[in-house]
Amino acid sequence: MSTAHLDNFTDEMEHDDHDHHEQSFISKYIFSQDHKVIAKQFLISGIIWAIIGGLLSVIFRLQLGFPDMDMAWLRPLLGQWINIDAATGLGKLDTEFYLALVTMHGTIMVFFVLTAGLSGTFSNFLIPLQIGARDMASGFMNMLSYWFFFASSMIMFASFFISTGPASGSWVIYPPLSALPQSMSGAGLGMTLWLVAMALFIVSTLLGGINYIATIINLRTDGMSFTKLPLTIWAFFLTAIIGLLSFPVLLSAALLLILDRSFGTSFYLSEIYIGGEALPNMGGSPILFQHLFWFLGHPEVYIVLLPSLGITSEIISTNSRKPIFGYKAMIGSMMAIAILSFVVWAHHMFVSGMNPFAGSIFMLLTLIIAVPSAIKAFNYITTLWKGNIIFTPAMMFSIGLVSFFISGGVTGIFLGNAALDIQLHDTYFVTAHFHLVMGSAAFFGMIAGVYHWFPKMFGRMMDRKLGYIHFWTSFIGIYLIFFPMHYIGIAGFPRRYYSFTNFDAFSTFTDLNAFISVAAIATFVAQLIFVFNFFYSIFKGKRATQNPWDSTTLEWTTPIEPGHGNWPGPIPKVYRWPYDYSKPGAKEDFIMQTVPYAQTPESNLPHEQELAGLEGKDDNAIKVD
Amino acid sequence: MVTELNIKEVPQKQLGINPKKFILWLFMVSIVMVFAALTSGFIVRQAEGNWLIYELPSQLWVSTVILLISSLTAHWALKAAQNNNSLQTKLGLWVTLGLGLVFLSTQFWVWEILVQHNVYLVGNPGGSFLYVLMGVHGFHLISGLIYIIIMLAKSYRANKVSDIQFQLSLSTTYWHFLDGLWIYLYVFLIIYH
Ligand code: HEM
Ligand SMILES: [Cu+2]
Repeated sequence: MSTAHLDNFTDEMEHDDHDHHEQSFISKYIFSQDHKVIAKQFLISGIIWAIIGGLLSVIFRLQLGFPDMDMAWLRPLLGQWINIDAATGLGKLDTEFYLALVTMHGTIMVFFVLTAGLSGTFSNFLIPLQIGARDMASGFMNMLSYWFFFASSMIMFASFFISTGPASGSWVIYPPLSALPQSMSGAGLGMTLWLVAMALFIVSTLLGGINYIATIINLRTDGMSFTKLPLTIWAFFLTAIIGLLSFPVLLSAALLLILDRSFGTSFYLSEIYIGGEALPNMGGSPILFQHLFWFLGHPEVYIVLLPSLGITSEIISTNSRKPIFGYKAMIGSMMAIAILSFVVWAHHMFVSGMNPFAGSIFMLLTLIIAVPSAIKAFNYITTLWKGNIIFTPAMMFSIGLVSFFISGGVTGIFLGNAALDIQLHDTYFVTAHFHLVMGSAAFFGMIAGVYHWFPKMFGRMMDRKLGYIHFWTSFIGIYLIFFPMHYIGIAGFPRRYYSFTNFDAFSTFTDLNAFISVAAIATFVAQLIFVFNFFYSIFKGKRATQNPWDSTTLEWTTPIEPGHGNWPGPIPKVYRWPYDYSKPGAKEDFIMQTVPYAQTPESNLPHEQELAGLEGKDDNAIKVD
Repeated sequence: MVTELNIKEVPQKQLGINPKKFILWLFMVSIVMVFAALTSGFIVRQAEGNWLIYELPSQLWVSTVILLISSLTAHWALKAAQNNNSLQTKLGLWVTLGLGLVFLSTQFWVWEILVQHNVYLVGNPGGSFLYVLMGVHGFHLISGLIYIIIMLAKSYRANKVSDIQFQLSLSTTYWHFLDGLWIYLYVFLIIYH
């Protein structure tokens, strides 16, 4: 039935005299099943979440950088979360709300922006376009995926407006803090809403991911073998597999937490006294939660990063006008990362009291994962090396990603040492590490993707000059924010503390903290340039040409604004890999994937010449113009 | 420009199985991961000691056998649909549905027996885990029953039952999967409880 449906659809598209029935506004833009529209829905939701998440960080950076500041002016926004000190009359950020801010910042950025906003946008947009498919395997599931995400977003957003405040046990929601509603105000209704929102989010991710995998495996156009897939698709494919295997584990962990919170079980709770009174819960283990959480949590960081790495591979190769260096090595290292990412989770738990022997096993595995990561970094650099580099904004952001990936990856090797981690765990050093390697790198990949594929999404170009300004302010700003954090972390500053003014040892860092806060606010403001550029260009940008970056992949063979079904005529067939840039002898410095070898005798390598059959003779010759 | 081309260079058709079937398989993978997490959590927690020891109610045998039989009837219904035997298809589906419900009630009965033996959902995780494993499996089994009900409705609406054999093969695969999942859980519980 479903196949029949798909085939009909394809047939219909292939006789292009068939006119499409008019779609209503609602089925075209709101409950759309078209992958391109769903991608834009994810993108715009992601941008909105990124602004909210960024604003939260500005508020807590104000607190960290300027602990004596009068925050009364924030009352119109935050209301009761700013307490007016009776003695001094100064407005102070509520201490528990500080924790809520940190928690929601992490949750929003990791899940809503860099998972849904990133994978949701680019997997949806690029998979059918780059593999040569009319749409996703199941448009309906794809639509559901967005609306589950939307429902999840609404619930998470609603939790800001309840009197006890949103969840505050940090994005990793360790019990017992998250399991006992009486432990802090954010562990009450806010935590419940967090869990409900995340359960919906997981459903959304699974619906999306299953669709991505099924589409990539089953709907590739003729000739698009796995070794001719663009690296973007490889990255989305592996990301979806990682998600499929790890998100259900978070669901299980959350289920047990919900039972502990609402039904009185003791999976994670044992021997706890609150206010001098013993709780009835016996026999649970909070460490069990950490295992389950990080079994998702570590793969999750690669779910966030891999799509960006794929996007950058594509952009760097295109704009270096060179084939990507080590195509197969790139695929191999992504596979290695995907597999290894499931066996290193306990490096987040070195100081949880785990068996030191287990610790050294996990240390070894963790350090091994640096190898494929390094291979990728080298391949980017060697692709750039002696390239004919075109510095488009997308290219700048991609190079920025490589920079962050390296500088953040190096500190990962520090943290991967179980002994060093005793000092560094839960300090700002960790914050610096993952904001560079995951936060900033993945964010830059996402931004690069937007600049690069904007013409395909909206048929217009984003403004270049604003793009350059956006790049330099973000790039410099991010280093100004996170580089100093390493020092603060080495000095022992713990993460997630409301204030350091009570500790004399830390007073030497007051200025540095203020500096970081200023840099953070400036960088946040710089993002508004992007937001402006984005929305302005949708309506007023320069019209795009069909293949503005002289790229080789299939999406640039569609009309400037591809309609429903992507190609008005038959789906193009694929003859070569996606990285034929600057091929010696070729007429132009790029050859599209749709060009048969038979048309490029001047640049074919011997085995390609053979493939094209230009050597032998055959009677079944066909004519092509 | 017109060039003579050789037909040798024909892009290969890419292999693919039916996307719907593939989606079902991926969905089952995600369910497997849910249970992999729960059962490995079980093992990890058990290794820490302070674990409630109790007899597994022998009635679980009954439910296991019932579920196994329901797999056979589901298979029978599918075969009948392939032979376009409408009556047997419907009968097979009804029986499968009935056995599924009996399985669920048996599981519930087992919970009552557990309570009589002072093994509760609330209390030592040794007991709680049993309830969670059975409960989450039961939850998925309900989804399988809903799927069967949908197929029943389709079988009544279809002109020929052989028209729905593909969809029926999906629902049957899912049902066998739920059966296999329970066998896994049961063997797991026998070994580790
Ligand atoms: C060279 C490879 C890497 C190694 C050896 C490594 C190692 C580590 C270690 C040991 C920790 C735990 C630190 C602690 O809490 O004390 C950590 C934290 C973290 N890493 Fe990495 N890492 C690497 C790459 C990455 C990448 C590529 C990402 C993301 C894409 C990433 C994201 C994170 C995150 C998000 C955390 C902190 C989680 C939290 O506690 O909130 N790391 N890393
Ligand atoms: Cu990790």
